[in-house]
Amino acid sequence: MTPKNNEGAAAGVARLELKGITKQFPGVLANDHVSLKVMPGEIHALLGENGAGKSTLVKMIYGIMQPDAGSFTWNGAPCVMSNPKAARKLGIGMVFQHFSLFEAMTVLENIALGLDAAIPQRELEAEILRVLDSYGLKLDPQRIVSTLSVGERQRIEIVRALLLKPKLLIMDEPTSVLTPQEAEQLFETLRKLAADGCSILYISHKLHEIVALCETATILRGGKMVATCDPRQMTSRAMAELMIGANLKEVSKAPSRSFGAAKFTVADLSLAKLGDFGVALRHISFTVRAGEIFGIAGVAGNGQNELLDALSGERTSTSAETISLQGKAIGKLHPSQRRLAGLCAVPEERNGHAAVSEFSLTDNAVLTARQSQNLTSNGLVNSGKATSFAAQVIQSFAVKARGPSSTAGSLSGGNLQKFIMGREILQAPGVLIVSQPTWGVDAGAATAIRQAIVDLAAKGSAIVVISQDLDELLGLCDTLAVINLGQLSKVMKVGEVSIEEIGLLMGGVHGDPAATVHMTEAMHAHTV
Amino acid sequence: MSMDLIISALVTTIGITTPILLAATGELVVEKSGVLNLGVEGMMLVGAVTGFAVAFTTFNPWLGILAAAAAGAASALVFGVLVLTFGANQVATGLALAIFGIGLSTLIGAGFVGMIVPPFTSIFPEELARDPFWRLIFGHSPIVYLALIMVMVVAWFLKSTRWGLVLRAVGENDLSAHSIGYSVIGIRYAAIAFGGAMAGIAGSYFSLVITPMWAEQMTAGRGWIALALVVFASWKPGRLLTGAYFFGVLMTLELYAKASGFSFLPSQFWASMPYLMAVLVLALISARERTGSEAPACLGKPFMPGE
Repeated sequence: MTPKNNEGAAAGVARLELKGITKQFPGVLANDHVSLKVMPGEIHALLGENGAGKSTLVKMIYGIMQPDAGSFTWNGAPCVMSNPKAARKLGIGMVFQHFSLFEAMTVLENIALGLDAAIPQRELEAEILRVLDSYGLKLDPQRIVSTLSVGERQRIEIVRALLLKPKLLIMDEPTSVLTPQEAEQLFETLRKLAADGCSILYISHKLHEIVALCETATILRGGKMVATCDPRQMTSRAMAELMIGANLKEVSKAPSRSFGAAKFTVADLSLAKLGDFGVALRHISFTVRAGEIFGIAGVAGNGQNELLDALSGERTSTSAETISLQGKAIGKLHPSQRRLAGLCAVPEERNGHAAVSEFSLTDNAVLTARQSQNLTSNGLVNSGKATSFAAQVIQSFAVKARGPSSTAGSLSGGNLQKFIMGREILQAPGVLIVSQPTWGVDAGAATAIRQAIVDLAAKGSAIVVISQDLDELLGLCDTLAVINLGQLSKVMKVGEVSIEEIGLLMGGVHGDPAATVHMTEAMHAHTV
Repeated sequence: MSMDLIISALVTTIGITTPILLAATGELVVEKSGVLNLGVEGMMLVGAVTGFAVAFTTFNPWLGILAAAAAGAASALVFGVLVLTFGANQVATGLALAIFGIGLSTLIGAGFVGMIVPPFTSIFPEELARDPFWRLIFGHSPIVYLALIMVMVVAWFLKSTRWGLVLRAVGENDLSAHSIGYSVIGIRYAAIAFGGAMAGIAGSYFSLVITPMWAEQMTAGRGWIALALVVFASWKPGRLLTGAYFFGVLMTLELYAKASGFSFLPSQFWASMPYLMAVLVLALISARERTGSEAPACLGKPFMPGE
């Protein structure tokens, strides 16, 4: 991060150059002759849908995998990234999308693990505090990771990478878990790093971020490089179309929508927290009318999972009246009973919660649709009926699968999500609760899923969408509230509310950052 | 007289505790690395018979211990190849190792039944152990001291050394450790070999110290107690030491209750005490720590890197 790091900059030599990188997996060509150049001090975007080969490419740069063909050049000299240690030695740091953290250990221990040299704990702590200070980041090295927020966890990864004084920092979808304010703070850090001469390879599918941050973008599609461009000179739409290789369909939603009577009401729902790291739900109330899409925004870990469990019936309420569906109190009903009453739910976790990955799509269909579609009789599964229902889901939602007998685990994330959404939507539920409907799903599939939600609402269902993706909520929902530390904000009309306002609510105590910090600390003190 | 009784009971307790402590210390390290090796009993028996055979042929109990450690580690490495390299199920493979160890040791030991090996000479001057009270401190086999030292070494290793940190990390989140660049498989092999060596030494304590002769299945299920002890201790070396002595005291009570005619209850009751207490204490612990389990997060899960 001193001018010394800029070796070769004057001569116009790229910090990192990839030539013809190719990687073959059984059945998939993950990277097909990808070439790109990252200049010193440049913030370079790597864009692409899920499965476009971005992760594979950066794993090869970081030495986790080896390419089948192609070569790397570092500051003009050929090099081989035989393992992450070798990559770090060159000065490559990486912040993973799914943090590679050790939950039961302290921040300090986590950082020590990421370093190749053994540094005495006290010196390391001083060094960490110095890095935190120079980039204006806040983190306590002695805290146990499992007590930290997602933003704080990301900071561990960033500090870990920065301690190595990297010359190239790879950021894999870093903002997917941050509030807009946290993301802006991260951008500041990255800009400062770039100004100091560190190159940054920034992976994201959020186009507005790339426009705001990056100088160059390389776009991948199906493992091939389709374009290199300057994102500041292009529209988000044009880049999105390059990514998916077709014209981007937008969700079509009737401009003026009218809502029916109140269909789904939650009244003063409170639920104690489970375990040390759970979140208690506190006095949650909202009403969703027929045809209305109600969004719940918030940073992960603020009670979204607890709320979904409470609404779906996985955790029953102490009083039946807290949740009602068309006037019928269902707070004490179990998931199957609620499903019979017309409430379907799609949890965030696809594998293991919404679907059993080892089961076939048919069996997975039976698990939630057996009652509404009469897929069982006298305790026996009607396999013909179940298979045709699964086939119907696959067909109407354009799920890419070999057939109803494919296992859920064999589908890509986006396709499995389409199947799960389709399974619930075809049951025509009166109320649909979905959490993170398009998490980790590519742009094409995301549009299809959102369209299906809008279409279901148009038929008169009441829909609750829990999501961390603000753009999604603003594009999809009619009304919106923010969940923070288990409490729900007032309900706002989309179109009458600004992103800043929502961001502040996501960050905490109704627009007061100091109070937010105070409250978060109090919560942590309580959980430790 | 009663003082003598107390001292001799304490000496017995220490003797009974030592093999459990050794085996459990090894297994603690294995489990901290994320591997569940249920074959402790088998490795102990392989160690016991090998230690005996080598001590008998060389007339040197020290060589016996070394051979026992090597044999324990070798049988553990067979387990390691199956579960780490070939990804076999750890529970099934561990149980197979336990049964295999029983069979193999019986086969090897068939020719040694009834033989006697030379005892260890004390590592301290004999005068020190003459007074009954000092005997409590200086009068034990070297393996007893080894067991105590190993618990402390393991505690220090896990807490204060870099490789201890890495080993815990591998057991906590193998994929992350791999992505940072640590060899998960290599570290687990090392842990498994260490666990096997400790179990081997624990086994040789039976055939070289407790009774300097070989008998089939002479470890009498102590390997299973060592396994329970690791859970009982919540994977913490300090608690492991306390827990081992807790079991040791219970087992000594059984012996003394049988011998002293203090058996107003059937002797089977005393014999089952350690196991009953283990169940009871485990239930109490899990009731108290309903959430936030202390177990290494990757315990028993196969490591599958890649996509």
